[in-house]
Amino acid sequence: MLSNLLSLVIWVPIAAGLLVLATGGDQRAVLARWLALAGAALGFLVSLPLFLNFDVLNAGMQFEEMRPWIAALNINYHLGVDGISMLFIVLNSFITLMVVLAGWEVIQKRVAQYMAAFLIMSGLINGAFAALDAILFYVFFEAMLIPMYLIIGVWGGPRRVYASIKFFLYTLLGSLLMLVAFIYLYFAAGKTFSILAFQDLMAIPLNVQILLFIAFFMSFAVKVPMWPVHTWLPDAHVEAPTGGSMVLAAITLKIGAYGFLRFALPILPDASRELAPIIVGLSLVAVVYIGLVALVQTDMKKLVAYSSISHMGFVTLGFFLFAGNELNVWAVEGAIVQMVSHGFVSAAMFFCIGVMYDRVHSRNIADYGGVANKMPIFAAFMVLFAMANSGLPATSGFVGEFMVIMGAVQVNFWVAALAALTLIFGAAYTLWMVKRVIFGEVGNHHVEELKDVNKREFLVLAVLALTVLGMGLYPQAFVDKMHLSVNDLIAHVAQSKL
Amino acid sequence: MDMKSLYLLIALSPLAGAIIAGLFGWAIGRRAAHVVTIAGVAVSAVLSLKVLYGFLNGGAVFNETVYTWLTVGGMEFSVGFLVDSLTALMLVVVTSVSLMVHIYTIGYMSEDPGYQRFFSYISLFTFSMLMLVMSNNFVQLFFGWEAVGLVSYLLIGFWFKRPTATYANLKAFLVNRVGDFGFLLGIGLVLAHFGGSLNYADVFAALPQVKDQTIQIIPGVDWSLMTVTCILLFVGAMGKSAQFPLHVWLPDSMEGPTPISALIHAATMVTAGIFMVSRMSPMFELSDTALNFVMITGSITALFMGFLGIVQNDIKRVVAYSTLSQLGYMTVALGASAYSVAMFHVMTHAFFKALLFLAAGSVIIGMHHEQDMRKMGGLRKYMPITWITSLLGSLALIGTPFFSGFYSKDSIILAVEHSNLAASGFATFAVLAGVFVTAFYSFRMYFLVFHGKERWMDAAHPASHHGDHADEEPDHDHHHGLGPNDKPHESPWVVTLPLVLLAIPSVIIGYFAVGPLVGGDFFNGVIFTNLAAHPGLAAVMPHAEHAFEMGMHAFVTLPFWLALAGVVTAWVFYMKAPQIPAAIKKTFAPVNTLLENKYYLDEIYFAVFAKGSRALGTFFWKICDMLLIDGLIVNGSAKLVGSFSRVVRRLQTGFIYSYATTMIVGVLALITIWFSQLIFG
Repeated sequence: MLSNLLSLVIWVPIAAGLLVLATGGDQRAVLARWLALAGAALGFLVSLPLFLNFDVLNAGMQFEEMRPWIAALNINYHLGVDGISMLFIVLNSFITLMVVLAGWEVIQKRVAQYMAAFLIMSGLINGAFAALDAILFYVFFEAMLIPMYLIIGVWGGPRRVYASIKFFLYTLLGSLLMLVAFIYLYFAAGKTFSILAFQDLMAIPLNVQILLFIAFFMSFAVKVPMWPVHTWLPDAHVEAPTGGSMVLAAITLKIGAYGFLRFALPILPDASRELAPIIVGLSLVAVVYIGLVALVQTDMKKLVAYSSISHMGFVTLGFFLFAGNELNVWAVEGAIVQMVSHGFVSAAMFFCIGVMYDRVHSRNIADYGGVANKMPIFAAFMVLFAMANSGLPATSGFVGEFMVIMGAVQVNFWVAALAALTLIFGAAYTLWMVKRVIFGEVGNHHVEELKDVNKREFLVLAVLALTVLGMGLYPQAFVDKMHLSVNDLIAHVAQSKL
Repeated sequence: MDMKSLYLLIALSPLAGAIIAGLFGWAIGRRAAHVVTIAGVAVSAVLSLKVLYGFLNGGAVFNETVYTWLTVGGMEFSVGFLVDSLTALMLVVVTSVSLMVHIYTIGYMSEDPGYQRFFSYISLFTFSMLMLVMSNNFVQLFFGWEAVGLVSYLLIGFWFKRPTATYANLKAFLVNRVGDFGFLLGIGLVLAHFGGSLNYADVFAALPQVKDQTIQIIPGVDWSLMTVTCILLFVGAMGKSAQFPLHVWLPDSMEGPTPISALIHAATMVTAGIFMVSRMSPMFELSDTALNFVMITGSITALFMGFLGIVQNDIKRVVAYSTLSQLGYMTVALGASAYSVAMFHVMTHAFFKALLFLAAGSVIIGMHHEQDMRKMGGLRKYMPITWITSLLGSLALIGTPFFSGFYSKDSIILAVEHSNLAASGFATFAVLAGVFVTAFYSFRMYFLVFHGKERWMDAAHPASHHGDHADEEPDHDHHHGLGPNDKPHESPWVVTLPLVLLAIPSVIIGYFAVGPLVGGDFFNGVIFTNLAAHPGLAAVMPHAEHAFEMGMHAFVTLPFWLALAGVVTAWVFYMKAPQIPAAIKKTFAPVNTLLENKYYLDEIYFAVFAKGSRALGTFFWKICDMLLIDGLIVNGSAKLVGSFSRVVRRLQTGFIYSYATTMIVGVLALITIWFSQLIFG
């Protein structure tokens, strides 16, 4: 059983999704919901042993599975996780559970298809995190676009077609170049698509490394997204249904950042070092420029979308802080913590907005005001998540930012100072929104008619609140898992391939 | 009970109260909510007294880890407690004032619908503040630092329906974040250069190796690492302890209910910065530049915020500006390396300023939520306990010999006079002039409120009229101020009892504490002053050993006569000849306008920072993101693709499924093309 764990975390949600799909039309929506919940719960349960049984003393890949897939091209169904990818599989399985609950009675049309899309996407995302074969990764990486594209395109808002096509074109453009890079590496590594073999390649000339880096960068930077290829994200978020936004922010963005960790950095250490100043620069643009853009948003979802870009800036910043040949361990681990934390916090923020949207059918800040008067329990949660989004200590939002800033001071004071501006900007845009939406007198008759959260919503909010606080108070539980893998990564990156 | 459990109990029992009142307040009701929170804080207060008693009798320093929060790069970062004499003093100050405020709140908030929520917040605050002062490392310090900021935010905005309150709490949070920005970078420098640890003990142990190191913040320019680190840490203190120019949030924080103005924005939270610098005294001692910076900041705050207290008409705002000014005094003492004196003033100030705030709250209740002093007068007849306790608090504040404030303030003045830093000349002038100013605005308030004509009679105003600042209770208090037939009344015992209990230490604590705290060895091995390099404290110590002589000697020193002059001037201006202040106001109209507008700092900040960042954000969004990136590049290429697709329109079925299929086919095609090229080409 344990030996097939990774296959299970991939195929259990997909199988569940297909089963849900088989329930057919909306006359059996109730069945579809419960089946989806069972599938998501089962998916989360099978992911838990990955976390609990993970051997923190083993730097290599764990729970490995290896079967030939296309033998002629030496493409393998090769799975395995280290202390980094494991965290995201568990996070993804957890968020899927939340998303099923979030869409419960909110989605009334094509329920089975909606739930199935999320379950299948969840399995595909797990596949991307678990894949150790580049083509396998590529297939999962591309395939997960399809459910997301459908989610935005079918259950989305009025401009869903524009948003979904923009999302699709942007992400497709980048990934083709990544495929080119894989094919080059296939030959360089002696006709294998093994990612580990790519990482162990001994000699790649700098100009080739830079070209390959650019190819990876185009693919992953769009996903993160980094400035200036970020403009698809606010549109996609605005049009996506609540569940779509939750997965998009919590998981999909992480795959871009994960790509840097798994491919760009260890395979191309010299190019990474050469181009690090550019990445750091773009990351700081994300933190500062996007932080300011978030400040002037009038649409709550756009605001949180820009906030996501700004927070992801911390991730890419943390990955590329070199002191000499060495990456800074504080920054790398902080960036990974930030990825996990942002998964919880952004999912929670989008869920909160969804709760209000379901009642008022508006995302405009100006259409609210004084929500706390009518929804005190909801308001308490919203303020908590807003504080987490502002990086308050004791919430998960603090840990990653703190670690990245601590790492940055060791490398370059000014980089740290610019990054630390998020303390001010993050609080400004988040709490200003809270002030206008949550506080004040009851703003209009829509707010007057608001009912506080129901039991289902309370459950989702409470679970997310506990994770956000738990990770803030005891990040060691997560960080402990990643030490050896991060050290291994840093060692790989420190070794020049010239 | 072992010490660790004892300290855990001190910290966690207010948290337990906060959680019970906060999460289950709706179920357990009002009475149970205040019982459980008061019990929690009372447990902490009693145990804190026990701890302090232990240290007065030579107790041992406790420094232990509670649990490992994080490990990075092989280093452990833990939640842990450091309890020494400095912590013990703060424990007693925090828990005792908090207990008084809890009791007082029963009366003050009795009609408020958010009763349980309020008790939950103030207990949560007590927990956060205790974590801050008990920390043995920078991370937990920062946790406590931000947590008290969070509770302050929640409490300033407690009446969240009022736009002024939610404006004030956002402002407070953001201004504090500006301070925290510096603070966090300072912590970063500590981690980067002081041996890789954030435990106080390790950092202090590394000081001999790093004290002469330089750092190039600007490439090519060497700065002392100690100076840069200390100033950055102090920027954090400037936010939290409301030092110029980051003081602007504190007056607005008066939008919160009065009990928290007393607890958070006078007695405890705002002194966190002073505490932090005292805790870091071994570091600050190594940089005269940083100390000069501290001293100048404190001097400006002490004097110029005092001036603003003179022109306020809202009773709470007078006390607020007085707090700013007194925080300036504490900061000046830090600059003079008289950390123990600063902490002494933290303690005395906590008692008399909490007293003054709670008394102001009592006046506000008695006046039916009127805060404008121009509509008060003659209250001593109606509110005798509030009157007497206010008088005692004011006498302590202005430094009347033998009162607690005298010992701490006189020690500060002495230390500054004998400081050898470049800034000490200006600082001496500021603290001496401040004595007159303090006495003047304090007794202006005292006379306006408790003496003179009963002005509420002729100030009959319509019920809808609001004072300078929004009224206190928003929900249920439809009339504001006294009606035509009302008379002010003394507050209930739950309000007056804390006044009396706070008045006692306000009067006597200085006399008993000055010897051990300033003259003696209470802080030995905890607060470090290089007496040879910074002689300010050494000048105070011999006086401090003899409290009685120090009090007697005061009558022949300048501060006493300055304070007396302030009181007499206030009496002449506001009791005898009210035409004088009016004439002065007229003659010096520009100065008056400047003061009434608080030096226009709020306006400047709003125009530059709030509007500026919004303008910049709009520019980035509308011009860069939407016009250039989206409009030109993205949609431009999409149009290009679009015109291409018109040719191949027949391929477009419009169904997303087809797009998906196309994508997969395309991917496969591409793979094939590349492979064939690579393999055969």
